[in-house]
Amino acid sequence: MSGRQRVRAWIAAPVLGLFAALLGWGFSGAPAFGAFHGAYGELLNRIAVPQRHSTNVVTAIVFDYRGFDTMGEEFILFASVVGVVLLLREMREPAGDQDDPVTSDAIRLFGLVMMSVVVVAGLWVAAFGLVTPGGGFQGGVAIAGGIVLVFLAAGYRPWTRFGSQHLLDPLEGGGAAAYVALGLAALIAGAPFLHNLLGLGVTGTLKSGGSMTLLNWAVALEVAAANLVLYTEFLESYLVPHLSRR
Amino acid sequence: MTILVYAVVAWVFGIGIYGAIVSRNLIHLALCLTVTQSSTYILLLTLGYKRGATAPIFKDVKLGTAAVDPVVQSLTLTDVVVSVTVIALILALALDVHRQSGSVDPDEISTLNG
Repeated sequence: MSGRQRVRAWIAAPVLGLFAALLGWGFSGAPAFGAFHGAYGELLNRIAVPQRHSTNVVTAIVFDYRGFDTMGEEFILFASVVGVVLLLREMREPAGDQDDPVTSDAIRLFGLVMMSVVVVAGLWVAAFGLVTPGGGFQGGVAIAGGIVLVFLAAGYRPWTRFGSQHLLDPLEGGGAAAYVALGLAALIAGAPFLHNLLGLGVTGTLKSGGSMTLLNWAVALEVAAANLVLYTEFLESYLVPHLSRR
Repeated sequence: MTILVYAVVAWVFGIGIYGAIVSRNLIHLALCLTVTQSSTYILLLTLGYKRGATAPIFKDVKLGTAAVDPVVQSLTLTDVVVSVTVIALILALALDVHRQSGSVDPDEISTLNG
């Protein structure tokens, strides 16, 4: 441990001691493992399916009971991506004609097959979010993960078709805007913000959930585009300058 | 068993904070923050656990079956995804610091320039 680190550790010690005491006090009043009975959660487990026609109670909470909170979360995500874009786009040279082609046919084929598998799995997870485990957040991440395989399997040039700011920036903003627009649409219709306008559909099918389905897809779009923007920014700033010029 | 669960939460939180305090690299510091944050996920999910209960998903499961708490799960779910982008922002800041000062060691960045 260097001198400075020791100084920092000494400064932190009393704060951490206080925090440990607080944590111990908190844990002393916490329920025994497996014996928690939160009134809110138990109530929702009973009423969410008949009330919202969504068999996945977690998604019903995310997009309905706590839909306003999710909007806040979505804007934290949006704001941090905008922050990354502002920081990284500012400081780099415009991309030239660099390329990093993948020459192995086996890797190209395997990568592109895997890409379709991962993207379809992501779409599936997002689509059935109101029925089985999944939803827009998880599906969006998987979709973005699938698309970035294009860079790994095919190289930089084919990737730029997907990782283009002209394509991704409107999609990302559109996802965030769509969520707010759905909330405002309910207000215009004379209902509370984010109220379900489209009917509840048939429980346990893709047609269940009404407005929640649209909110789910808005989040899937937002999360997928946000992740792709992040990949693009970091790739363009720190990898592309090291690629060979054609 | 109860003590073990809360001990894991405290341990994960503790090593994350310890790493952040003695960190000599901003990227390492960002990763320590994610470790610290992960302890809150463990705490939330273990709090919601009920012995002998299923997942709060009632597709082909009779309504009224004992299920774990769905509220803490939804909180964790959104937070996991959001934390990824927040970490990306922190890493971008770290890279910006490196570009400005040529170092990612917080001790070597002696002056903060506005």
